[in-house]
Amino acid sequence: MEKITLFGKTPEELKQVVGELGMKPFAAKQIAEWLYKNHARSFDEMTNISLKDRQRLNESCSIGLETFSNVQSSADGTKKYLFPTAKSRFIEAAYIPDDDRATLCVSSQVGCKMGCLFCMTGKQGFQSQLSAGEIVNQISSLPEREKLTNIVYMGMGEPFDNLENVMKSLELLTSEWGYAMSPRRITVSTIGMIPAMKHFLEKSECHLAVSMHTPFHEERKKLMPIENVYPIAEVIETLRAFDMGRQRRVSFEYIMFKGLNDSPKHVNEIARLLNGMRCRINLIRFHPIPDTPLESSDETVIQQFREALVKKGIRTTIRASRGQDIFAACGLLSTKALVKMQSPDF
Amino acid sequence: MDTGLSGFVKKLPLKPLTLLDINQISTDAYILSLPQTHDFLPGQVVAITLDASIAPRLYSLCSAPKDETMQILFSVKPDGLLTPMLAKCSKGDQLLVSAPFGAFLGDEQPAWFIASGTGVAPYRSMLRAGLTHNKKLIHGGRFAHNFYFQDEFATALKDNYIRCCSQESGDGMYHGRLTTWLQQQQQLPAHQMYYLCGSAEMVVEVRDILIGKGIAIERIMSEIYF
Ligand SMILES: Cc1cc2nc3c(=O)[nH]c(=O)nc-3n(C[C@H](O)[C@H](O)[C@H](O)COP(=O)(O)OP(=O)(O)OC[C@H]3O[C@@H](n4cnc5c(N)ncnc54)[C@H](O)[C@@H]3O)c2cc1C
Ligand code: SF4
Repeated sequence: MEKITLFGKTPEELKQVVGELGMKPFAAKQIAEWLYKNHARSFDEMTNISLKDRQRLNESCSIGLETFSNVQSSADGTKKYLFPTAKSRFIEAAYIPDDDRATLCVSSQVGCKMGCLFCMTGKQGFQSQLSAGEIVNQISSLPEREKLTNIVYMGMGEPFDNLENVMKSLELLTSEWGYAMSPRRITVSTIGMIPAMKHFLEKSECHLAVSMHTPFHEERKKLMPIENVYPIAEVIETLRAFDMGRQRRVSFEYIMFKGLNDSPKHVNEIARLLNGMRCRINLIRFHPIPDTPLESSDETVIQQFREALVKKGIRTTIRASRGQDIFAACGLLSTKALVKMQSPDF
Repeated sequence: MDTGLSGFVKKLPLKPLTLLDINQISTDAYILSLPQTHDFLPGQVVAITLDASIAPRLYSLCSAPKDETMQILFSVKPDGLLTPMLAKCSKGDQLLVSAPFGAFLGDEQPAWFIASGTGVAPYRSMLRAGLTHNKKLIHGGRFAHNFYFQDEFATALKDNYIRCCSQESGDGMYHGRLTTWLQQQQQLPAHQMYYLCGSAEMVVEVRDILIGKGIAIERIMSEIYF
């Protein structure tokens, strides 16, 4: 019989499991504490649970935490961790230490279906969804877990294409019974899947980052097929209609491609689209991927672009490139080499 | 049944429509016919679900605006949520359907239409709407029964209809993957559009081949069935 995985379950779900095992309901709360507060990796560590119950747990359940199977370290301190997931698949998470912060970029899917032209993950196609436990495992099994100040869902996959598991992972991270992290330390990044984005805005208080990459519809269609069905202008309209409150942040990610999206015309159109919206833009250098016709904009152009946006009243930052030497930088995560031969539909 | 996504489903402008017909056209594929409630452009999609507790899925319209009914082609995903339920629907059942939307649109320019599986749906709409001039359709499927609408396409496009079948060989079909067929083409026309529609795996692989053969990214339009 397959064992029940407990890591990733809510106290309600744990109550059901312990009930089925003939244990008292309060054991669910104890297990949740061991899993999410004390980071227990075995049932034997759960010393306030009776020996008999621990035996039952050992027989029928597994914790479900997975240690990383590889790590690469960059000269700049960034580390890229490879974690195993179900069905012998793999995902990557990037740990990015900075002066006073340490950010973990987590994956939400094995591969991705969205096929953005500039992205390594997109090139590997889609293999599977991550469960909430597999998402949070990237945090729980991280050697630097205690140093983490921020979590960003910007690794492999489109978080809103795995909405239920991503929402559950956010509940785990922000609930009192879970990791009790402030939602202000978590940012979820999307290419703009509007229906799922609305759900996230209503049900979570975490920050949102939207990948814009160009304000022009026809141009964005060529870079990001999602633009066909959820155009950036409608994404922005949806955000405008939503009351974000004062604390919650919306940012737009903008990868700078030479001669493609880095002109004054782009600045003007961005300013028109975002007119009066409380948000900021992160400009990102493009990290070339194999066989791409795209190139990163020159440094001076990136600086001028930032200044032009700032002049238009838009808070704009240039994101530092981190972990480029170990392919941990933005858009470079991929476990394609580890994907077993699949049978495609063509 | 609640998949936990009911919050946003209620906000999508879905309207109840009566299913006019359901036809199984292949071992794994069906055509649903719905009342034509809106004008639309060939290549557009609708969101469909059976009840508000199930997140709607998107489907390309495979009929032309001039047709009497609005049709979609779908294949059944055995572990999927909606398609096995859709396959069990009968004439007269109610579906929740959005107005057509989307920007994967055809025009009069010369183009190659490249598809995997049910990704031929928008091209059928475009071809039925009269966009047949200077068009070539290259369809990849695993088995002979995956070449939906093949008679219709063969009549409309003649030699410009190419079926690439990876798991079976048969009369008039190229035996191999459509990516292999593309790789084997010596020179691809540079001054035309390339439309790609279907699974992410097909779209990203074909896009890389086209770019590798010198096609500019401005000439490649992709619709991914995520
Ligand atoms: C723009 C657009 C147009 C489309 N047009 C068409 C069309 O014309 N015809 C058509 O047939 N389809 C089309 N699709 C696809 C369609 O929207 C649905 O995705 C498809 O029909 C499957 O729906 P489902 O509910 O049966 O499967 P789902 O329940 O959505 O599952 C989809 C697949 O994912 C797998 N899956 C589900 N859950 C998990 C999990 N937790 N982990 C791993 N895998 C999982 C399932 O096995 C299944 O194979 C289109 C999609 C888009 C975005
Ligand atoms: S950028 Fe994000 S959504 Fe696009 S293909 Fe890469 S992982 Fe997927």
